[in-house]
Amino acid sequence: MIPALIVFAYLGIVLYIGIFAFRRSKGSTEDFFLANRALSPAVFLLSLFGTNMTAFAILGSSGMAYARGIGVFGLMASSSGIVIPLTIFFIGTRLWALGKRFGHMTQVQFLRDRWECSGIGTFLFALTAAMLVPYIIIGVMGGGQTLETISVITGPDGSPVLGPDGKPQHWVSYEVGGAIVAIVVMSYVFFGGMRGTAWVNTFQTILFLTFGTIAFVLIARSLGGFDKIMAELAANPRTAPLLSRERIPAQEFFSYMFIPLSSIMFPHISIMCLTAERIGHFRKTVILYPLCIAAIWIPSVYLGVVAAGRYPGLGPGEADDVIIRLLTDHVPVVLSGILGAGIMACVMASDSQILALSTMFTEDVFAYYGGRRRFGERAQVWTGRAFVVAIAITAYLIALELKDQASIFELAIRFAFSGFAALAPIMLAALFWKRSTKWGALAASAWVAACVIATWWLTAYSDPIAPRPPRPRPAASAQAGPRGSQAGDMHGAPAGLQPSPAPPGTRSAPRAGTPSPGARPGGPPPAAPQPVRVFPQLGDLFLRGPTNVTVYGYLPVMPMVLGSALLMIVVSLLTRPPSRETLDRYFPPREAARVPEAASAA
Amino acid sequence: MKWGLAALVAGVILLHQDFWNWTNKTLVMGFLPIGLVYHAGYAVLASLTMAILVRLAWPHELEQVQPERPVGSEAEL
Repeated sequence: MIPALIVFAYLGIVLYIGIFAFRRSKGSTEDFFLANRALSPAVFLLSLFGTNMTAFAILGSSGMAYARGIGVFGLMASSSGIVIPLTIFFIGTRLWALGKRFGHMTQVQFLRDRWECSGIGTFLFALTAAMLVPYIIIGVMGGGQTLETISVITGPDGSPVLGPDGKPQHWVSYEVGGAIVAIVVMSYVFFGGMRGTAWVNTFQTILFLTFGTIAFVLIARSLGGFDKIMAELAANPRTAPLLSRERIPAQEFFSYMFIPLSSIMFPHISIMCLTAERIGHFRKTVILYPLCIAAIWIPSVYLGVVAAGRYPGLGPGEADDVIIRLLTDHVPVVLSGILGAGIMACVMASDSQILALSTMFTEDVFAYYGGRRRFGERAQVWTGRAFVVAIAITAYLIALELKDQASIFELAIRFAFSGFAALAPIMLAALFWKRSTKWGALAASAWVAACVIATWWLTAYSDPIAPRPPRPRPAASAQAGPRGSQAGDMHGAPAGLQPSPAPPGTRSAPRAGTPSPGARPGGPPPAAPQPVRVFPQLGDLFLRGPTNVTVYGYLPVMPMVLGSALLMIVVSLLTRPPSRETLDRYFPPREAARVPEAASAA
Repeated sequence: MKWGLAALVAGVILLHQDFWNWTNKTLVMGFLPIGLVYHAGYAVLASLTMAILVRLAWPHELEQVQPERPVGSEAEL
């Protein structure tokens, strides 16, 4: 019950932060949706990082490292550590400047104006909204599942009290837990807008970095140092590969570099870039970002490998809980409860996505089609707030209705990462290539949409022939519940952006140190089985692995990004560019650009 | 300068593919796998690279940007 109380305390704090932010609001659209473009450097860095960080950075990464080894850090984290800061440096700063100059609050506003085309904006609005909605639904589902799990009623001996149906009883049901989470997130976004969301993310990031470091040190001391465990892992032929990258194919490692391109294309990240008070705030952000990623991911991945020695034989789903097991076994209950609360709050967090959708709706639809002119700015802010409520209620109802269909949304999120990454060439062309045209952008967008649908279809089509790894405990995996993402199947998500794994305990995990019935003793499962050809007549073009389809062994994101860039270039060269007037606004002639600089210098 | 920085960024991105560490299980200081140490160092290198870009390729022209029109443009209906 202690973890549940700590989570409720956490929810109370974030609710208060939202209400506190409301007191600072000024009632304008820029204030509600962009915190008046006035976030301080520290809040900007921590909230941007916190927005990018989900529970996968702690739980899923350690679970994946348990199965695939230390290479997970290079695969997902250090690649993000260079690509995401580069995109913030080259794209984020330009978006910030254009937003300040022309008043843009969303990507769609910029692209509509840049290419003199309403259609490209509408198409991209629909595409990005469709790829964002599953996040919000999963967030509510994760919240309900988490609160239900941690509020299990226990008897005097500590074992769960079973109901008439033979299942454990809980103080908070899935339905009530989902409602609590939806109401809390909705409330602080409703009241606090971007300011409240940024402050909550900042609070969450500080909590992780502080208590995570303390916990890592305490675990190391409790285990008597890591030397002995690492030596044992190296001596065991089943676990020795975890100390290298043997369990990660080279093509997968290479193509993962494309995935972090998605970060800046996520609406909530690009909108966050508009909130900095000065462009100088980006300096520290891009320099410190790789170090922040390393600070979160290195301990998580390392502890995942350590756990392979401590808790051998866990199945793929169970391995997501290894950090919680280490915390429970080696850290005082209050500290582990605080960290657990932060992790579980991360599982349920969907605030940034809700606010981004609300911003997009009110700016790209309501204001664009005359609502602001007719009803005024105040009405636009209240429309945004009403949209927040509508999204939260809709997500909650879907979470109730499709409680057992979460895998659909998990899959949608996985494909969304590839989709957003493949939209990056469009943004790069809009910002840096004068000759780019709306037709090039439309062709690239259509390619992305078609590829996402085709990948989904290929995955579903090839499911029956997918090679299956040996299942240590089929019954456990069948009970994976609505948050069924498992370590090792997270293809297509950069560091911190991955969909959150199942909350601790949702897979009927055995007690710490106790292998599952039927599990192989002596270590984590062996390497994934060899992929099979989806269409034998096409050779290795489409290969089906245990969880996904690849193209000649590379993740689909790679051909998607390259195809998007190629279409952008070819179609743009074949069609008419925007008017000279528009080009001069976005690419001022050198002489005109020098005038304000000279005036400023004078 | 511009091409030098582009080469630096390309070089750093290439260094991410440390194929020479693929099967190396050496433990640095007895408890840190060398592949993890390499990529921890890579994170530091990424941070230094960004510091160099901030120092030498910062878009100073964007610091002069001023608002040109009210926010929230609307369609001509």
